Amino acid sequence: MSGQWEVVIGLEIHAQLATRSKIFSGAATAYGAEPNTQACLVDLGYPGVLPVLNEEVIRMACKFGLAVNATVARRSVFARKNYFYPDLPKGYQISQFELPIVEHGELYIKDADGNDKRIGITRAHLEEDAGKSIHEGLDGSSGIDLNRAGTPLLEIVSEPDLRSAKEAIAYMRKIHTIVRYLEISDGNMAEGSFRCDANISVRPRGQKELGTRAELKNLNSFRFVEKAINFEIERQIELIEDGGKVVQETRLYDSDRDETRTMRVKEEANDYRYFPDPDLLPIEIDEEYIEAVRRTLPELPDVKQQRFVKEYSLKVSDAAILTVNRALADYFEAAVAAGTARAQVVANWVIGDLAAALNKDGLEIVTSRIAAGDLSGLLDRIDDNTISGKIAKEVFDAMWTGEGTADEIIEARGLQQITDRSAIEAVVDKVIVANPSQVAEYQSGKDKLIGFFVGQVMQETGGKANPGQVNTILKEKLAR
Amino acid sequence: MSLDKDQVQHIALLARLKLADDELDETVDKLSRIVDFVDQLSAAATDDVLPMAHPLNESQRLRSDRVTETDERDEIQKNAPAIEKGLYIVPKVLQ
Amino acid sequence: MQELHTQTLTQLAAGMQRGDFSSVELIEVLLGRIESLDQSLNAFITVTADAALAAAARADDARAAGDAGVLNGLPVVHKDIFCTKGVTTTCGSRMLENFVSPYDATIVERLAAAGAVVLGKTNMDEFAMGSSSETSYFGPVRNPWDRERSPGGSSGGSAAAVAARLAPAATGTDTGGSIRQPAALTGTVGMKPTYGRVSRYGMVAFASSLDQAGVITRSTEDAALLLGVMAGFDQRDSTSIDRPVPDYVASLAKSLKGLRIGIVRQHFDAGLEEKTAAAVRESLAVLEAQGAILTEVDLPNLDLSVPTYYVVAPAECSSNMSRFDGVRFGHRAKDPEDLFDLYCRSRGEGFGAEVKRRIMTGTYVLSAGYYDAYYLKAQRVRQLIAQDFNKAFAEVDIIAGPTSPTPAFRLGDKTDDPITMYLNDIYTIGANLAGLPAISTPCGFVDGLPVGLHLVGPHFGEETVLRCAHQYQQQTDWHEACPEGYQ
Repeated sequence: MSGQWEVVIGLEIHAQLATRSKIFSGAATAYGAEPNTQACLVDLGYPGVLPVLNEEVIRMACKFGLAVNATVARRSVFARKNYFYPDLPKGYQISQFELPIVEHGELYIKDADGNDKRIGITRAHLEEDAGKSIHEGLDGSSGIDLNRAGTPLLEIVSEPDLRSAKEAIAYMRKIHTIVRYLEISDGNMAEGSFRCDANISVRPRGQKELGTRAELKNLNSFRFVEKAINFEIERQIELIEDGGKVVQETRLYDSDRDETRTMRVKEEANDYRYFPDPDLLPIEIDEEYIEAVRRTLPELPDVKQQRFVKEYSLKVSDAAILTVNRALADYFEAAVAAGTARAQVVANWVIGDLAAALNKDGLEIVTSRIAAGDLSGLLDRIDDNTISGKIAKEVFDAMWTGEGTADEIIEARGLQQITDRSAIEAVVDKVIVANPSQVAEYQSGKDKLIGFFVGQVMQETGGKANPGQVNTILKEKLAR
Repeated sequence: MSLDKDQVQHIALLARLKLADDELDETVDKLSRIVDFVDQLSAAATDDVLPMAHPLNESQRLRSDRVTETDERDEIQKNAPAIEKGLYIVPKVLQ
Repeated sequence: MQELHTQTLTQLAAGMQRGDFSSVELIEVLLGRIESLDQSLNAFITVTADAALAAAARADDARAAGDAGVLNGLPVVHKDIFCTKGVTTTCGSRMLENFVSPYDATIVERLAAAGAVVLGKTNMDEFAMGSSSETSYFGPVRNPWDRERSPGGSSGGSAAAVAARLAPAATGTDTGGSIRQPAALTGTVGMKPTYGRVSRYGMVAFASSLDQAGVITRSTEDAALLLGVMAGFDQRDSTSIDRPVPDYVASLAKSLKGLRIGIVRQHFDAGLEEKTAAAVRESLAVLEAQGAILTEVDLPNLDLSVPTYYVVAPAECSSNMSRFDGVRFGHRAKDPEDLFDLYCRSRGEGFGAEVKRRIMTGTYVLSAGYYDAYYLKAQRVRQLIAQDFNKAFAEVDIIAGPTSPTPAFRLGDKTDDPITMYLNDIYTIGANLAGLPAISTPCGFVDGLPVGLHLVGPHFGEETVLRCAHQYQQQTDWHEACPEGYQ
């Protein structure tokens, strides 16, 4: 279908900045308060009140700019975007227009062939969020809750460099990872702290000029972004192939029906009448400030991933998974540092059993029931042959339910591996005596039967015999 | 007249102002006179002159990220024309 | 003893200090005058008699306890554009007819903390948009010198109240001359400080980059006294300047010997009424006789200041006024059909004609296709005008000239043509565009109506401006003249 069409996507991501107070007032930003109890006079646009800028948002924007290799503007300006809407108390949104705080950034994603692809970041600017309209239970009216009004947002605008829904998602995840690494946003999509608008157009492959774009608004989960973009791409291609034309418009994704539809057309064309906000002065940042912020930057995901591969000899794919989340990467490193197990073994456990257990209980890595040091304690017992990998899973489950440390559980349940050669030999002898026909078959060349004998020995020992030793002893005895 | 009725009605729409019919003619007349008057700016030579947005050449001061406001909803909402369940009530907002 | 209502703040402070009278006695006298005389002027929108008497009693107690602030027990009135907790703040508009602010403006707070007693809130052009105090929803203010005439505006209620001895001092706001022009037209002293000198927090915004709060009094000494209390850094206003406040009263005494006064060539061009020009020339001679050196200076872009202002101010105004939408406060239309109807009718009904015109002018000059030609252009010309002042202040310490081209005009005379009304502010607007401190002091009469001398200083040159006006007042008594019927 899409063979002769090229898809062009640009994303505008809104990341809510994790400040305590609002961008221009001292009201709290906590989520979920009673309606309008966190909307102070400044947030409400009361007559006579004035905005005063929160220093933290400047630091956060600066951090982001440095993390995506962008230019942090030495001078940036807040402007008013004028339009009437009930969730916009002043009748204008304080945003940045001509002189944003961050410009010309970039990041890298993997394209369909697994190669690095550069995605340009046109700009990132600071602005205030609007409130919320509520329609339920109000007898045909709408109710306005302005608690969210004035919450700081960083709007991150990409170049139209994305060529598929998959790339769009990869880019969005990368931004999500970065803002969480920087601890400038909690990235909580369910609470609206991380959401995105997508500009989508299609053009015949090889054509230079862009097709007419549609803007998809307020996509608030990775899954919806992918579905909405794919729906929109297909809609546009079908429309054009049927001889129609794409109209420049804003569309909403309806997740219930899995389709996009036109937003109600406004009474007039948009004319936001941007002009510099006279209540706020230009923001001036000097080199010294930027360098001070640079010194606070954490190791970023791409660098960390490369280091994990190099320093820990991890598989690239595992390093990628471990570095998506800074807390997960920290957990991994703590577990490696605390014990003797090979890093790849630690990675396998973190990505495998631990991730599954967290997922099952709906926990995050920071709320894991097993601390990094304790996981390390378990893996050490595999490493020193106290238990087998299989027994370790049993111990892990017991640790998860809070029975104690690995050593305590191994001790209490008597799970120590049998490594005493004479004890294993006794069991091997017993198995050989009990299975004469299989012994004969093995000795006549049916090597595969070794597995059967190992199984029998393990069963006899309740899984506690050291599998390597069992194998060696069996082979010796059966060869006779 | 430098402005016509349609232009004035469009401006009124952007500004969300309802003008009575008898107000419209007068507004067209007076706004046109104002626009003609300010048009004399076009003659000023301003090449290489930087736009001036503020009377003083100062930069923005920043406040520390502290919560300083407490909930005063009940007091504040005494000025609101329509309140229900702590919400500001407006005619249905359509999307 | 001189009658209480005829005394200046400075005289009243001394009298109370001596124990000649109490604050309660003083406040009773003034409330009585307001009650009997204000119907002839309509200077007040709200009189806060009970609160004033209670505050006066507290001030008397504080004095008895040895805890008197610098303005302890002294009466002031506030322009009804300053938010006052628990009292309506209408801005002269139907939109805010019933609006009760939940907070006090910074200057209201500061004056109260110094012990001042508020008698009430004064009438004004709606949202300070006007030069005649005729656009008020609560009716026009009348000039005590001739009640058929306007007291000027927008702070006309404050000026009329002070001129008629209903209050010794008033606050005002000045966006294009709204303190100085009414002061000139009512024979009072009106001072607008440097932009950023006085906090704008709690002052309902008209044009944020031009608005500045100031005072209207009957002597420069009083202006200095009040300004000293009102001025200073406020962390709630990002445009407020963090800079120490000098002792303005102490700065008044120095003589004018050697002070370089600039006379603007363009000021005496066509448009300036002849008798007003003569009065101003005479006052300049007085200053010269006191040792000041008069020099001619140029403000080549003076004629562009009014059109520049009438782009910049409406642009900012159009945006500032968008918050009045009938949702959280203010007038709300009855039975709206839908959201759009709610907005358009609430605003259409709540705002008067001049406010609507300015909103629409501002909307137009910011709209797509016109922004560069009007708004951006005006910002560039604003820069030129500011540069003209900078050049002039390289040569002189202060600039002197007329405050207003004519004395008070008749009510209704200029309401038909917005441009004639706007041109009233030709001499005052420059100081707002450039953010400079300026004062108007009475300098004579034309056909029985007062005219004003306008003095403009460089940024933060309040001391020079006040000193020059004060020294002039030591040689003249124009500022002591009282309109017939209000002695």
